[in-house]
Amino acid sequence: MNRNDRRRVSSRAWLGLMYLLTVLALIPLALVLWFTIAKGLPSVIHPQFFFNAELPPCEPKCPAVSGAGVGHAIVGTGVMVGLASLMAIPIGVLCGIYLAEYSIARWSAWVRLACDVLVGTPSIAIGLFVYAFLVVPFHHFSGYSGAVALAILMLPIIARTTEGAVSLIPNGLRESGLALGLPRWRVSLQLILPAAAPGVITGALLAVARAGGETAPLLFTAFGAHLLVLNPNQAMQALPVTVFRYALLPYKSLQAQAWGAALVLIVLVLAINLISRWVLRRQIALAGQL
Amino acid sequence: MAVAGAEARPVAAVSRRPGDPFRRVVGLVATLVPAALLLIILTLLQQAGPAIKQFGLRFLVTSEWNPVTDSFGALPAIFGTVGTAFLALAIALPVGVAVAVILAEPGQTRIRGVLGTGIELLAAIPSVVYGIWALYVLAPWTYEHLEIPISTHAAGIGWLGDPAVRGLLNAALVLAVMILPTLTAISRDVIRAVPRGLKENAIALGATWWETTWRVILPSARAGIFGATILALGRALGETIAVTMVIGNAYVIPHSIFQPAYTLASVVANEFTEATGTIYPAALIELGLVLILVTLVVNVFALILVHSTSREARLTA
Repeated sequence: MNRNDRRRVSSRAWLGLMYLLTVLALIPLALVLWFTIAKGLPSVIHPQFFFNAELPPCEPKCPAVSGAGVGHAIVGTGVMVGLASLMAIPIGVLCGIYLAEYSIARWSAWVRLACDVLVGTPSIAIGLFVYAFLVVPFHHFSGYSGAVALAILMLPIIARTTEGAVSLIPNGLRESGLALGLPRWRVSLQLILPAAAPGVITGALLAVARAGGETAPLLFTAFGAHLLVLNPNQAMQALPVTVFRYALLPYKSLQAQAWGAALVLIVLVLAINLISRWVLRRQIALAGQL
Repeated sequence: MAVAGAEARPVAAVSRRPGDPFRRVVGLVATLVPAALLLIILTLLQQAGPAIKQFGLRFLVTSEWNPVTDSFGALPAIFGTVGTAFLALAIALPVGVAVAVILAEPGQTRIRGVLGTGIELLAAIPSVVYGIWALYVLAPWTYEHLEIPISTHAAGIGWLGDPAVRGLLNAALVLAVMILPTLTAISRDVIRAVPRGLKENAIALGATWWETTWRVILPSARAGIFGATILALGRALGETIAVTMVIGNAYVIPHSIFQPAYTLASVVANEFTEATGTIYPAALIELGLVLILVTLVVNVFALILVHSTSREARLTA
């Protein structure tokens, strides 16, 4: 085998190795999905899993998990993520519009840096902050404080994706609006924003998915509850908190519920992700037409 | 009308006139983000006050963690945080760069689309789901099929001894999976931003695919990949829940990579709700403060690296 053959063969071998590593990287995804489905499904198939609240653990052997459920956690996650969205989406979208439309302003570079740093800030530190800021002064854990913690997490994600979507809009649209004599706010909010809507929605959906799966910021803010709580002024349960707390307990029945809650969580998060991908593809197609 | 010497300005410059209230309003709203960041740091600094006053810089280099005698030191938690993060990087970096190279290749867009979506979905899975999976599936498996064989073969090597189901290595393995998407996504973009001309020149000179990749593309994407690595490091340092579930929660500097340890974030997650008195919670908040400051420095450094490379690529392209 001459030198060139060796070079060609070794090139092929490296290419093969890299494909192998790529497949290797996907194995954890397959394993996480498989085990979550296999271990979570037995709990999830009982309809009361979605409606009932927690039942006290019965050991050593109680009939599967009949009667017990994570309804309170599903409601808690819904209420807190909903409240967080109400706070984070308007602020985040305006922030993103500022970043895209006034990108030459010197301040926008600092805002952008702050967004990127906030995305990378450990969520547990955000939890500590909200604890000191909202839980200590009011002397009790609450769904509101959990929602604020989640909103802080969502804000930079929404701002940066909105910025990306708005800067995709061709300048012609902006210029034609201004040429017609529209004020800047109408150009931005009534012309540019609707055109960028799919991208903005994608960002909001991704932020919702991220917030829905976060445990750390809720541990010292929403804290968790054993009963169905609808009032966000009280401590509330959330799905990820359920998974975290139950998984570490020695009771088999609660561990089964943790797996069930993990399955619900993963289905929700992956569904939102796939929807947002579909919306984003429409945005790119739309931007191509403009 | 036209001012002497006025150059052609971008549209947005029009708004520099004072009569643009919209700019002021959105600018003010946008200021909430840096304000929140500053407020977070200042609040933690203020809340950690009692511990900072009591222990000073000694807090960072002592190893005792005793709520009964109110003496606290962060060294084992800092060691665990840095140790798990770097171990995770060592595992994830070769895989992440390989995936990025494959994803950045032109052609076969269908297969690459599926692979890319798969990697991105890894980032979508909540931390706590990784945690429960690692706790009940990964950790028992690595204990039996990795840690026990390695420690029996490497008998006598201290840091490869004493297998344990929960410990540093298992935490690092989960972290490696969790930071892989960050590593891959940015590396792929940086590799794609390498000017086509460079690659074409190498091919024209008769270089094979591997020679082009290893000697031309990766070296010119080096700074950006380094930035991606540092960004992933920041993520690994701050990751809380999955690590908390598998690291074993032992406030010591472990003598072996298989042994239980603790990280800054997981000490806070486990102990904060039960902390009473003044010094104990303040010490926990100081752990959080150390964590947030370290990740802040790491992230800013990484962002500067990634941005400067992408700008460089745009200029040379």
